[in-house]
Amino acid sequence: MEEKIFAITEGLLDTPTHYCPGCHHGIVHRLVAEVITELGVLDKAILVEPVGCSVNAHQYFNMDAVQAAHGRAPAIASAVKRVHPDAVVFTYQGDGDLAAIGCAEIVHAALRGEKFTTIFVNNIIYGMTGGQMAPTTLEGQTTATSPFGRKVEEAGSPMRVSEMLATLDGAKYLARVAVNTPAHLTKAKAAIKEAFTRQLRGDGFTMVEVLATCPTNWGMTPVKANAFVDETMTQVFPLGIIKDKENC
Amino acid sequence: MSERVLMKGNEAIGEAAIRAGCLYYFGYPITPQSEIPEYMAKQLPQRGGVYLQAESEVAAVNMVYGAAACGVRSMTSSSSPGFSLKQEGISYIAAAELPCLLVNVQRGGPGLGTIQPGQADYFQATKGGGHGDYRLLVLAPNSVQEMFDLTILGFELADKYRIPALLLADGALGQMMEAVSLEVSLQAKPEKQWAVTGRRGRVEPNVVKTLCFDQDTLEEHNRSLQRKYKLLEQQEVRYEELYTEDAELILVAYGISARLARSAVMQARAKGLRVGLFRPITLFPFPEEALFQLTAKNTQAFLVVELSSGQMIEDVERVTRRQKPVHFHGRTGGNIPTVDEIYDQIVQIMNKGGN
Repeated sequence: MEEKIFAITEGLLDTPTHYCPGCHHGIVHRLVAEVITELGVLDKAILVEPVGCSVNAHQYFNMDAVQAAHGRAPAIASAVKRVHPDAVVFTYQGDGDLAAIGCAEIVHAALRGEKFTTIFVNNIIYGMTGGQMAPTTLEGQTTATSPFGRKVEEAGSPMRVSEMLATLDGAKYLARVAVNTPAHLTKAKAAIKEAFTRQLRGDGFTMVEVLATCPTNWGMTPVKANAFVDETMTQVFPLGIIKDKENC
Repeated sequence: MSERVLMKGNEAIGEAAIRAGCLYYFGYPITPQSEIPEYMAKQLPQRGGVYLQAESEVAAVNMVYGAAACGVRSMTSSSSPGFSLKQEGISYIAAAELPCLLVNVQRGGPGLGTIQPGQADYFQATKGGGHGDYRLLVLAPNSVQEMFDLTILGFELADKYRIPALLLADGALGQMMEAVSLEVSLQAKPEKQWAVTGRRGRVEPNVVKTLCFDQDTLEEHNRSLQRKYKLLEQQEVRYEELYTEDAELILVAYGISARLARSAVMQARAKGLRVGLFRPITLFPFPEEALFQLTAKNTQAFLVVELSSGQMIEDVERVTRRQKPVHFHGRTGGNIPTVDEIYDQIVQIMNKGGN
């Protein structure tokens, strides 16, 4: 007798992804989809997908979706949630999308306390466009547009988005997680579940920042990239609950 | 008894939108259209709707994109500099074939320009201000009543063709007060089975998107959009003619300019001059055939009147195939031509036999 002991979650479509080897997008997709399925809200979930490597996330998520322009996902999600207050709405955004071109949109969505969840995948680089410098790129980090390493005096320091949004009263739950080890993965899923649970309660803006790898553009093996998350990224972007403010 | 009230043009747009079933307004204040968001901020919460003041025009138009993707009637409004900021989102809305209403209460430009009226966004409105091959359905009111009526029509046609409609007004129309009949007779709204709602029992997810990596698929999408624009040209052209039957000189003007041109035409007629007016109501689709037909009559010349340095004149010359001379009278900088100014030019042209 054969027994199936691991199946794809109902929240995802059974199709191969286009992501590079070692990229964390697939893992993050899976965690989000699992949480939405486990919460029993797949039927009323709406994804607002970004520009960047996950621009076609609707090909993997088994749910309704709207594709946004660069950075504008939070504005779109604000409207979607107001039209469908009972839906579970989330944006899925990378760091170029969210911290650079869409900085105003995420700040003001958090400011207004928009009742959707943002999954913020921070891999400190522009992935899809070929590895250029992002606002989150580390000091000294070499990228296609910081070929001599990011210089603070020219480009500023890496932007800590979660800490910045934590100053806004409308942001109710902000967590920074990683998915590079099984232990981190468990905590990441718990944080994502908490964010969506808060949304279902109507608390306000919730966001989970996921430190993720981009082995291709970092020029590392997937194993080395996973180690880099612990050794270097978490020094600048500490893991943990950044803000947890009960509304009710 | 008909419901007739005195209203500002901008308020008439707001009231018409709500009566058309638009319960979602997203905007950002800018003169001379701020009465629209102000009206919506006051009215929508009382009438079961949502007013949301965005952080920018860019965000506002993307909120419309989100709401329209959900299948509800939604709108944004702005004035020239703000409308430029919306172009990114408009290209996306056009690509995704989402129905909604956009309003541009134009002011003088370029740049910050002035808060006085202008009509210099004609190219942007009719030729595509954002990237890519797309068109908007562009409606040009010339009275407060038409601000009301064309707002309703804009929503209905937007739904019918799955196209963003643009109400292209100007600061003079936005700020003027006139009596308006608020009567509305709405058509049945088409089913929006493509709308994003959450699957709610549906097997296949609904996705609103504009990215198309495959060039052949994108080309077919573009062809399909062009077929829709062609259909609009066949079915939705609107215009008004006044004294064109025997006219030797025909003024061509839209919006506030058409009001002034009409007064100049009446003045000329009173003096026995054979002058007429052709007023496009849809700027896209432009009333090409109707205007071209006028070249075959007694027409010796055309005179285009605009609050710009001459933008619609290019369409008039194109459409009439320059079979007759096309003259131009325009003021810019927020200035409005006087009726006497236009009348003097009419006399001048007619004295020269149209040349």
